[in-house]
Amino acid sequence: MGDELRLPIAADVDVVEARQQGRALAAVAGFSSGEQTVIAAAISEIARNILMYAKKGEIILSLVQNGDRQGVSVVAIDQGPGITDIERAMQYGYSTSHGVGAGLPGAKRLMDDFDLQSTPGQGTTVTMTKWRRAI
Amino acid sequence: MEVPILRQGQYLIASIQSALTDADLSHLREALIAQVGRSRCRGVIVDVTALDVMDSFAVRTLRDIAHMARLRGAETVIVGIQPDVAFAMVQLGLTLKGVATVLDLEEGLAFLNRRTEERTFETKPKKPSGRG
Repeated sequence: MGDELRLPIAADVDVVEARQQGRALAAVAGFSSGEQTVIAAAISEIARNILMYAKKGEIILSLVQNGDRQGVSVVAIDQGPGITDIERAMQYGYSTSHGVGAGLPGAKRLMDDFDLQSTPGQGTTVTMTKWRRAI
Repeated sequence: MEVPILRQGQYLIASIQSALTDADLSHLREALIAQVGRSRCRGVIVDVTALDVMDSFAVRTLRDIAHMARLRGAETVIVGIQPDVAFAMVQLGLTLKGVATVLDLEEGLAFLNRRTEERTFETKPKKPSGRG
């Protein structure tokens, strides 16, 4: 616990590595294979956003605990251009890069907690957590 | 990781073997569309059984492959989407609208056999010709 995995994101292979590490961590936390896939997909979307908009950044994965609930936390940090219109960026189907527009809103749908902080010209930080369902 | 593309009769079969980067997926799209023309094939099967995640980029690329192949005269069918992958896709709001998907390779071949027969029919003139 408390250990975190810091993964640099600077190329498309890093996106694959980040989602595979995320899946492995989710498995350690006891998530079902379906939920592992959901977490991996969310990491994939958010890591690709770093590449597309900021060129490089970092994904930090860790196990978190809240009472008797265990979860996986994913933090994505970049020092890219930031997001000027967060409301639109969170709209499904909206993209400024000819993408699908599923990145941020898609990741939000997949995870339980989702927080986006962005300052134009300084960068973006996405913090998201998936909690394990009580058995 | 390059995806091997096999030719079987009138069809091309691309079997994804491992996780793919965005560049790998784009390369697969280019390679398949080029080969559809070169080999004059009528159908394309993309086997995604080995994919453990399909995110928005993967889904868009598969949809592009299917639409581009159709413009080049070939039908595409995606086979082998795993249950967990389907679950995450639905949660993400991703669909493969307009793209045929079936359970496995065997069903994929059967689907293409049916589709290519229908297409041959469609291109025949509506009025009965002298040849009957």
